[in-house]
Amino acid sequence: MQQTRSVEVGTGLFVLLGMGALFFLTTQTTGGDDFTAEETFTVEARFENIGSLRNRAPVAMSGVTIGRVTDVQFDPITLEAVVSFVIDSQFDQIPDDSDASVLTSGILGSQYIGLQAGGSDTYLEDGSEILFTQSAIVLENLIGKFLVNAGSDNDE
Amino acid sequence: MSKILREFYDTGVEFARTFGAFQLFFMRLLRHSPRILVSRLDLVIKQVFNSGSLSLVIIMVSGLFVGGVLGLQGYSNLARFNAEDAVGVFAAFGLVKELGPVITALLFAGRAGTSLASEIGLMKATDQLSAMEMMAVNPVPRVLVPRFLGGVIAMPFLAAIFSMIGLLGTHLVAVELLSVDVGAFWQQMQITVDIDDINEGIFKSFVFGVAASLIAVWEGYNAIPTAEGVGRATTRTVVITAIAVLVFDFMITALMI
Repeated sequence: MQQTRSVEVGTGLFVLLGMGALFFLTTQTTGGDDFTAEETFTVEARFENIGSLRNRAPVAMSGVTIGRVTDVQFDPITLEAVVSFVIDSQFDQIPDDSDASVLTSGILGSQYIGLQAGGSDTYLEDGSEILFTQSAIVLENLIGKFLVNAGSDNDE
Repeated sequence: MSKILREFYDTGVEFARTFGAFQLFFMRLLRHSPRILVSRLDLVIKQVFNSGSLSLVIIMVSGLFVGGVLGLQGYSNLARFNAEDAVGVFAAFGLVKELGPVITALLFAGRAGTSLASEIGLMKATDQLSAMEMMAVNPVPRVLVPRFLGGVIAMPFLAAIFSMIGLLGTHLVAVELLSVDVGAFWQQMQITVDIDDINEGIFKSFVFGVAASLIAVWEGYNAIPTAEGVGRATTRTVVITAIAVLVFDFMITALMI
């Protein structure tokens, strides 16, 4: 009887440890959601180029995550990328002339939307659109521009 | 000449026969599994203890060192690109998706698979299985199925524990020893690693658990009932499991990417 008991205790501990490990892996190594707002409002922004911005990418203001990208669409008429994102409702005093840019966190990091506050007295609300946007910086284009400039310098 | 061809032919047929018998054996185990899981849970628990709890030490120690070496390698190689901070991502992907399930399965074959195969082989060599049949007890559900199920249940947990301890080992080496920023280490990992990656690891470890336990039980059950036969069955368990796990790993990865 004693032996069965120790087997059961050992198995129980093992399974608990295994579940703990699974829990650890799912919560600590994955992003989960550091953005968990209950009430949100949706804002839209149009970009010429969003780089590799993905769904669920964070929306940050002053470096703090205040929202999350919910949808990335392509507008067939204006030929622009339409990005919808939600912002936590407690941040309801963001000027509506704020500008949005697609930024990269670190060199190898993922892309996110950074909001820069504007000076307007009216605020962003559900359904509003951000008019001032800045596209993602695409490395190839930068290099291309640099090479073109370098070439024209030589001509002079 | 025709003798050689004949030999080839016989080997081919024998291989196909063994493979077919293996499939049928798998089906037999599966057919008995649900009933055993409900009515003889005590037997299964005992085998989870044998395959799982008793493998913990080797899994945890190996995990710690594999994680540590990932930290060292990741750091020194990523430093060439000035991307030392990504060592967490590097280790997490490596451990969760590949090294965790694969190394755990290989260690599992060495630690638990061999003991299953030799135990069953010895039972056969000493006529314990025949004795059961004489008493109208079917040895397949009574002896084989609990051992198979025990291994299948234990493997995903072992792989998860391996990955967790491995990450802690990486943390130890990268953050404490090589002073990578602790925030960057975990945050980059959390940004990049997705829940799908974890699921891939769990799925892999489950498949490997089925493969490793099945091969061990099969080899034990079909061992030649002599001392040498049991020894050979034990060796074959490790060899075949290693090959099967690595082949399956390649196929699953190719499917999931």
